[in-house]
Amino acid sequence: MTITASVGTARPRTKGPLRRALDRFTENGAARAGLLIVIPILVAVSTYHLWWPFGPNAIDLRAINKGPSAIHWLGSDGVGRDVMARLLQGGRISMLVAVCSVAISIVIGFLVGAVASFGGRVVDGTVMRFVDLAMTLPPVIFLLVLASIAGTGIAPTILVISLLSWPVLSRMVRARLLELRERDFVVAARGMGAGLSHLLFRHGLPNCIDILVVYATLQIANAILLEAGLSFLGLGIAPPEASWGNMLNLARSTVVLEQYPWQWMFPGAALVLTVLAINFIGDGLRDAFDPRSDLN
Amino acid sequence: MAATFLSVRHLTKHFAPNAFSRGPVVRALEDISFDIARGQVVGLVGESGSGKTTLGRSVLRLIEPTSGEISFNGVDIAKLSASQLRRQRCGMQYIFQDPFASLSPRMTIGQILTEGLDIQGIGNRSERRAKAEKALAAVELPVDAYDRYAHEFSGGQRQRIGIARALTLEPEFIVADEPVSALDVSIQAQVINLLRDLQVRLGLTMLFISHDLAVVEYICDTVIVLYLGRIMEVAPAAELYAWPQHPYTRALLSAVPSLDPMAKQDRQMLKGDIPSPANPPSGCVFRTRCPVALAACAGVVPPLRATSDGHLKACIRDDIS
Repeated sequence: MTITASVGTARPRTKGPLRRALDRFTENGAARAGLLIVIPILVAVSTYHLWWPFGPNAIDLRAINKGPSAIHWLGSDGVGRDVMARLLQGGRISMLVAVCSVAISIVIGFLVGAVASFGGRVVDGTVMRFVDLAMTLPPVIFLLVLASIAGTGIAPTILVISLLSWPVLSRMVRARLLELRERDFVVAARGMGAGLSHLLFRHGLPNCIDILVVYATLQIANAILLEAGLSFLGLGIAPPEASWGNMLNLARSTVVLEQYPWQWMFPGAALVLTVLAINFIGDGLRDAFDPRSDLN
Repeated sequence: MAATFLSVRHLTKHFAPNAFSRGPVVRALEDISFDIARGQVVGLVGESGSGKTTLGRSVLRLIEPTSGEISFNGVDIAKLSASQLRRQRCGMQYIFQDPFASLSPRMTIGQILTEGLDIQGIGNRSERRAKAEKALAAVELPVDAYDRYAHEFSGGQRQRIGIARALTLEPEFIVADEPVSALDVSIQAQVINLLRDLQVRLGLTMLFISHDLAVVEYICDTVIVLYLGRIMEVAPAAELYAWPQHPYTRALLSAVPSLDPMAKQDRQMLKGDIPSPANPPSGCVFRTRCPVALAACAGVVPPLRATSDGHLKACIRDDIS
């Protein structure tokens, strides 16, 4: 360790804090396992139309409610659609919804937190009471009301999930920026004439990057679950479009639950595996960004 | 003596309590007035909690003063709008006390040094780099520091980087807020000598905040003694050390340790702590700890008045010297 450290300082270009965090991340076994699971899933989900013969909505009348076989690896459902194809298409939709909604909630959360912390007392008070309000709404009911207003489909689902999840992030960002605002190097930037955008994007954003990255990964797992839950209730992604949630919806029928387990078991397993793996990655990132882990 | 460069008049800073709590107003600075001539180094001394840092930051409007005038070359920066002030900031820079907090851990030294030029839109990329490297050379750091991060440097080196950052904008005026108090004694001398060299070579005007009286005597032309947000005494450095007139200055000077173990010092110990600026004593704020206080001291705030040329004190007792 000492040898690599001294070599590190001797090189002209040395490791920045981000690079060191990345090094710590790759040393984390659980996080590596998470990556090993998530990356193949991502690749499969985004390229399946190139190598899998069936489409998600193609009907094979000779294979209705058939179990896994050489042709239909994961079996087929009640109208003869291939479960493998629907699983991959559902994964694609779930990932798309999760990534987009997290991206939107990060932008909203960061900007709200930034405005609150740099806007002065009155703005801060007003904005944060509004955030309190958004947080005290019971999430399930809020979600159902929003979803019934926005309707079903990909875009409304993204909207609903992102509108639900930003307040927590904005609190974390505000707390970080309030502390940062009084730090000497930020005071120095103000002393050199820095305006709000410089302070926010040259100092605020880099010093919030750990919060944002960790939030993003953990929230992606959460968003996948939310999307599945909404679709399960019939409010997220409407059939015939596939998603992991509305595939699980099939399990409400006792016949499917008892006699055709492949129709709900595989989407359920995919959901659990993906969410777990992403959570491992999120935990790994959180540990990697923890300043105290610099000590060892 | 050269023309007045910085002129502070009736500067006051009160920290109001939070809108939701009914705390008292903290009177951090009360009616501060002083002048600094071009090229002069003025020391600001006083114990912890006397408002030195608040004054240093208020002068640069890093803390918004409650009232008063701050004129640089006749321009009252207390009245400038935010965008006018931003342009004026080139000419006045701040050196921080804690070299571990004053440099961003997420920026390379190059980014830190070019930040000011970047903000002010001075020069293109290569010109900025050249200026930053010139500043590095001025503080005697190697040029290869440019691509490294602050955590790779020692406290003394970081403080020199902090000084280099203040120099990149080529300011005329610098507030140095206890620039050496966080450093090892052996490094302190280096940094002090560097600051002094730079001050002489670049003709900087400086407000030098410190509680180390020996350092202040070495580097400063004039010394301002602050207590509980009020000026107690102002005098040329040599005169202040030879003939302190205010009882607080005397107590401060008698607390300086002597190198000679045989020397018998007649220490004048101040009892207790500095009072709370939220609830300052009436009249002279120093009277609660003053060894020569009279009943009359509680009645009136002693005005700052000249006792001889360039020597001012805020004490009603003329009979104690």
